[in-house]
Amino acid sequence: MAFAPSEEPVALKILVAGGFGVGKTTLVGAISEIRPLRTEEVLSDRGVGVDDTDGVEGKTTTTVAMDFGRITIREGLVVYLFGTPGQERFWFMWDELSYGALGAVVLADTRRLTDCFPSIDYFEQRGTPFIVAVNCFDGADRHEPDDVRIALDLDPDVPVLLCDVRRRASAKVVLVTLVEHALKMLTAAQR
Amino acid sequence: MTGPQWMDEEAGPVVRPFALTGGRTRSSGEKLDLIAMVTATGASPAVGAGLGPEQRRILEITRHGASVADIASEVDLPLGVVRVLLGDLLDLGLVAVRAPGKVAPLPSERILKEVINGLRAL
Ligand SMILES: Nc1nc2c(ncn2[C@@H]2O[C@H](COP(=O)(O)OP(=O)(O)OP(=O)(O)O)[C@@H](O)[C@H]2O)c(=O)[nH]1
Ligand SMILES: [Mg+2]
Repeated sequence: MAFAPSEEPVALKILVAGGFGVGKTTLVGAISEIRPLRTEEVLSDRGVGVDDTDGVEGKTTTTVAMDFGRITIREGLVVYLFGTPGQERFWFMWDELSYGALGAVVLADTRRLTDCFPSIDYFEQRGTPFIVAVNCFDGADRHEPDDVRIALDLDPDVPVLLCDVRRRASAKVVLVTLVEHALKMLTAAQR
Repeated sequence: MTGPQWMDEEAGPVVRPFALTGGRTRSSGEKLDLIAMVTATGASPAVGAGLGPEQRRILEITRHGASVADIASEVDLPLGVVRVLLGDLLDLGLVAVRAPGKVAPLPSERILKEVINGLRAL
């Protein structure tokens, strides 16, 4: 296999999704250097008490912090990780984030499993390759991946694994599992 | 210049970063993907182009190429503002943009295998 150093740089995008407080920021921080990235949420009717008439097209925005990390595989090959805040009001970012994404990690907490339903629905609908990583919080009952798969009504080919996102080694396995899954879907699509 | 501010519990202070863009929230940079690669063309800005310090800084950062997300993080401005600033630079011919999907809609098998091995080796 010939190595072509002069080829165009490649940037890949991986999303980290899941409910509020499930460990998205912790996962991104465990495997990459977290960097500040802000986007803005337009407050339309919500800006009560805000004077929005001074030349900003009537728009008032509030900034929203996103998790953003980058992993340099080699020069010219970078993986970008993006996690969004868990609250549903931030869904406006998702279309942009998921556009052209290689895949998504959906984090789940067995104590609040239904919190990840919206993420799963979203990626299923968009055809974005995703895996479900069950973040094992202290004190939560351990569930076998197959039980989680049944509870979430997942396709048999969607990988489900247990993880502890505070540990780098565990976060690594999560990402490798996702990229392997994306590769499998890619080769299946090419057949 | 600083507009009224109040705190939004979950999302932080309400700010008016669009003051930097003259109040514009749209430009040709609007659709720039987060991981689109931006590279300074090296052209010198025309006299009277009126570049601000943020735009000069962006030209510096993109000398060897940087993604839109990298730039926003580096200049520490919200994405929407950075997109407007980039749109101006684009219109002035000072930067070139390569959309990630343009070159190859899906990464090749070889690239993905490289990523898997690279992640394992971290
Ligand atoms: N015991 C335990 N605690 C964890 C684990 N993962 C995350 N936490 C803690 O849970 C809290 C929430 O984690 P975050 O990473 O901030 O969660 P998040 O999904 O980014 O939260 P939002 O962005 O607010 O939706 C933090 O205090 C973490 O330290 C885990 O695997 N085990
Ligand atoms: Mg978070």
